[in-house]
Amino acid sequence: MVFSHGAAHEAALSLVIVRPRKRQRRAMTRHYSAFSLFKEGLRGQKGWQQAWRSPQPKPRYDILIIGGGGHGLATAYYLARAHNIRNVAVIEKGWLGGGNTGRNTTVVRSNYFFPESTALYDLALRLYETLGRDINYNIMLSQRGIITLAHSEAEMEMAARTVNAMQINGTDAELFDAKDVRRVLPLLNVSPQARYPVFGGVWQGRAGTARHDAVAWGYARAADRLGVDIIQSCEVEEFLVEGGRCRGVRTSRGEIRAERTGMVVAGHSSHLAAKAGFRLPITSYALQACVSEPIKPVLDTVVLSPGTGTYASQSDKGELVIGGALDRVPSYGQRGNLPVLEDVVSGLLEMFPSFRQLRLMRQWAGIVDVTPDSSPILGESPLPGLFLNCGWGTGGFKAIPAGGTLLAHLLATGTHHDISRPFDLDRFARGRLIDEAAGSGIAH
Amino acid sequence: MQLFPCPFCGPRSESEFHFGGDAGNHRPEGFRAVTDGEWSNYLHARNNPRGAANEIWMHMTCGEVFRMERDTVHHRVARSFAPGEGDGHDGMAH
Ligand SMILES: Cc1cc2nc3c(=O)[nH]c(=O)nc-3n(C[C@H](O)[C@H](O)[C@H](O)COP(=O)(O)OP(=O)(O)OC[C@H]3O[C@@H](n4cnc5c(N)ncnc54)[C@H](O)[C@@H]3O)c2cc1C
Ligand SMILES: [Zn+2]
Repeated sequence: MVFSHGAAHEAALSLVIVRPRKRQRRAMTRHYSAFSLFKEGLRGQKGWQQAWRSPQPKPRYDILIIGGGGHGLATAYYLARAHNIRNVAVIEKGWLGGGNTGRNTTVVRSNYFFPESTALYDLALRLYETLGRDINYNIMLSQRGIITLAHSEAEMEMAARTVNAMQINGTDAELFDAKDVRRVLPLLNVSPQARYPVFGGVWQGRAGTARHDAVAWGYARAADRLGVDIIQSCEVEEFLVEGGRCRGVRTSRGEIRAERTGMVVAGHSSHLAAKAGFRLPITSYALQACVSEPIKPVLDTVVLSPGTGTYASQSDKGELVIGGALDRVPSYGQRGNLPVLEDVVSGLLEMFPSFRQLRLMRQWAGIVDVTPDSSPILGESPLPGLFLNCGWGTGGFKAIPAGGTLLAHLLATGTHHDISRPFDLDRFARGRLIDEAAGSGIAH
Repeated sequence: MQLFPCPFCGPRSESEFHFGGDAGNHRPEGFRAVTDGEWSNYLHARNNPRGAANEIWMHMTCGEVFRMERDTVHHRVARSFAPGEGDGHDGMAH
């Protein structure tokens, strides 16, 4: 091996430095595969190309997207891929995925109650199933299933109703009895003396987890390759309104104009909406999560207990990833308070007494955008030319491929896709809420 | 854990309080026709400010409703007061 000898290695390096033209001719590695990993191993990992550029903002684009979370980046990707609109910029005030996309507990599922919701979330899950191949980026989708527990006879009846609704709406669902639950959760406290005894639950086998950063980075890299400008450290401060239409934005790095603008800023939606002159049916809350120290595999499915209000899964690194309810106080402080964390952890210990000895490694929070019916808002805003993708609240990671597809459709055509139509802002004035808070008792 | 000042009981744990919405969100009333838009604005639209907020809260322990001015980013409470005090306008929904 040439590189096993230090001197030879240095000589090769200095050759490269002395003769830069030769180096430029060397092909950069852009495609990710087992073969390119092997090839780069032999080349000393020097040919990898940056995953995306960091361009200066241009003064004008066809379409602007505010917010470089999963939904914003996916929107840019589908505009370029599905609609061939490539003169597009994504403007992010911080770093890609630094909002909720990089803070969530990565559960993906489509176990909702109403047909409109199943159409939306199952589109997302189906797109997730092939996303790794589509964007040539391993998003580490793991369809390990989710079990939503039922803690009483009455909850078992509701579970049966949910399973029926899901099956009629065309997604996979199974009603589990207590024996089935014990099979998938051997460490669960199933004692009849438990504060929340286990009667069974709703199982969705296609649900699971995916790697949150990989989803953001994969979409960013794929969109960049198609010509989209991704601009980080650039905050949108005002909207440019001319003739009653949104004509672009004023940012911390100057004015950027566009015919259509998409606003995809999750918990900050009301703040920007106020600058555009309207209010939204959204309240911002901190949602917390935490992880334990890493341990050997003990939990190979996602579990959610409506009784304790806690849900958990185990990451590939071995950490238990734990989440629960919203903080009680409307907030933009990205921290989370102790009372809810205490509830979440005591819920976990109620479910899994053997986790009592584990240490918590990290705790954090994201600011989520909660609507009265726990369903998202997709559609044109009251300011013409400005389009919304928000209101995902505690559960929009699972929806990223669908949210991106549908906002791209709205921005490209100016009209709704059939799947986004019911989620328009007008549902609040028309009284046609899609109440998943009541329908599926959603937590996340 | 944060302490909120109930104007009647003094500082108490945040978990004793219930958020009641924006101060000054008045129910459209009277005999005139109320449009869908007005109803929806009253029922669903929120100020949800990032920064200074003017809100209605309930202290569940004593059952009293009051107003609180606080900051939604760093959670500092500027003041809390009983309806009809403070700026003389109770800010409650009538
Ligand atoms: C603790 C926690 C756990 C969760 N668990 C799950 C889960 O298990 N499953 C699930 O499906 N969902 C979950 N969610 C919800 C999910 O994370 C969000 O719904 C989803 O990530 C929203 O994606 P987004 O792209 O819309 O928002 P974000 O990822 O928040 O992106 C919005 C971006 O906009 C940027 N921005 C804001 N204002 C401006 C401005 N003025 N100018 C420029 N940029 C701006 C922000 O910096 C941010 O990067 C969880 C959320 C949290 C906080
Ligand atoms: Zn009191």
